[in-house]
Amino acid sequence: MDKKHFDNIVKFLFFLLLVKPFIFFVLGINARNLEKLLQNKGPAIIVANHNSHIDTLLIMSLFPTLTILKIHPVAAADYFCNTKFKSFIFKTLIGIIPISRHITRQSKEEVFADINSALKNNEIIIIYPEGTRGEDNQIKEFKTGIAHIAKMNPNVPVIPLYINGPDKILPKIDAILVPFISDIYIADPIYYDNTSTKEFTSKVKSIVENLYLTHKKKENL
Amino acid sequence: MNTITLTYNVKFCILLLYLVLALITIAAYILGFMKKNVENFKTRMKSFWIIVILFTAAFMFNKLAAIIFIMLISYLALKEFFSMIPTRRSDRRVLLWAYLSIPIQFYFIYTGWIAMFYLFIPLYLFILIPLRMVMIGDTDGFLKSCGTIHWALMTCVYAIGYFAVYFSIPESINPTGGTLGFLLYILILTISNDFMQYLFGKTLGRHKITPKVSPNKTVEGFLGGVFSTALIAGLLAKFLTPFSFGQAFILGGILAIAGFFGDITMSAIKRDIGVKDTGALLPGHGGILDRLDSMIFTVPLFFHYVAYYYNIGILD
Repeated sequence: MDKKHFDNIVKFLFFLLLVKPFIFFVLGINARNLEKLLQNKGPAIIVANHNSHIDTLLIMSLFPTLTILKIHPVAAADYFCNTKFKSFIFKTLIGIIPISRHITRQSKEEVFADINSALKNNEIIIIYPEGTRGEDNQIKEFKTGIAHIAKMNPNVPVIPLYINGPDKILPKIDAILVPFISDIYIADPIYYDNTSTKEFTSKVKSIVENLYLTHKKKENL
Repeated sequence: MNTITLTYNVKFCILLLYLVLALITIAAYILGFMKKNVENFKTRMKSFWIIVILFTAAFMFNKLAAIIFIMLISYLALKEFFSMIPTRRSDRRVLLWAYLSIPIQFYFIYTGWIAMFYLFIPLYLFILIPLRMVMIGDTDGFLKSCGTIHWALMTCVYAIGYFAVYFSIPESINPTGGTLGFLLYILILTISNDFMQYLFGKTLGRHKITPKVSPNKTVEGFLGGVFSTALIAGLLAKFLTPFSFGQAFILGGILAIAGFFGDITMSAIKRDIGVKDTGALLPGHGGILDRLDSMIFTVPLFFHYVAYYYNIGILD
């Protein structure tokens, strides 16, 4: 058995036996317009707001376990891969694509090489354009990385999500987990449309903010 | 000792329940073929099947399995409640304590320590919740937070715990139905009460009874529900309980009133918070608390009725 095969089996069992029961029983998801996410068989770029490590597990658990093998969250190399152990765990169990947050003189293609090749293999990536977890459940400025990726892969749909809840379950400032049911709102997929990367980024951000507003409206019927 | 006795009458009632459910499902599918719009009804029935099958499966095995099953429902309900209400960030640890009270409460139920079951949430958590909160020290919205958290525990842990505490009743006091007889009796009464109130309200309803909380409820529906539930309670008592017709008739009336108020209390809470359903766990029904609303009041009340007659758990 080669390494790729082994990693897939480990990741599959990890999600089937641990993550999914944990996410669906201990926590709980209330997903709106789930079909918009599931009709996509890959490649796809999933974009979401980010408040907690739980975000990634929630999004991945929405998919059938076999599809989860194709999902790769883009994660900060300096945080998730700073030790050999962490790097092994996150690459094997979650399947992260590490990316450097401190780009110096590398060219764009080099930084995005792993992401581009994953998308070429019909895989799905998750990216949090805020760059890091927020602390007060506010949507922060989006970095333009998503637009650069979308520009290099104009045929790959970008699916914006808004997640509410994980900031209560496991906030950045606390290490104790408290169960809550999370809400996930899924928007229609969009494609890169030859605008500037800045404009595309703000377009994605306004979609996420609109999802947030629908959530607010639902809260105050 | 741990096994649950299924008397002939209980088996018969369970079989009847499945039969009724099957008939309704078949009717729904026939209507579906006739191109009537019953999609929502079908999803409701699907959820109903899952609930009934899970319940019977859990209660067939033994006492421990049944109590664990109720404990998991209690957890899901409490999580639903905490997700529905606005909570303060500073209360995260208090909420964790609230969650941890569930296994303790169900431990008391399993060991048959009924006095502790009676007291743990109303007394000990009444002290422990504010204790943990003052240790954190956020006084902004203190009373509201303290009140909602304790109310959540009373609803989702204390009241739902009563489903499980029926298994502590000695089977000898109910030769026709056993412990499961009591539980089946109260579940049938609550569900039929909901249905009868709906039926009488739809056919005869004129005068709104709670126009601000639940505009669809009428005086006629309420009274029709109370009297028909009293009658059903009286007729069914012989098969599942040790109560006489008269005892059960009065009991049925009380339970119908309690069920009605349980239902609209949950409606009032949902209106206060501004949500339509308490959750989305049961497709077609909403959340667990949407389904259990009237039982939150009736199940504990009926237990007290039984305990009152047979002195259960007062002095042990």
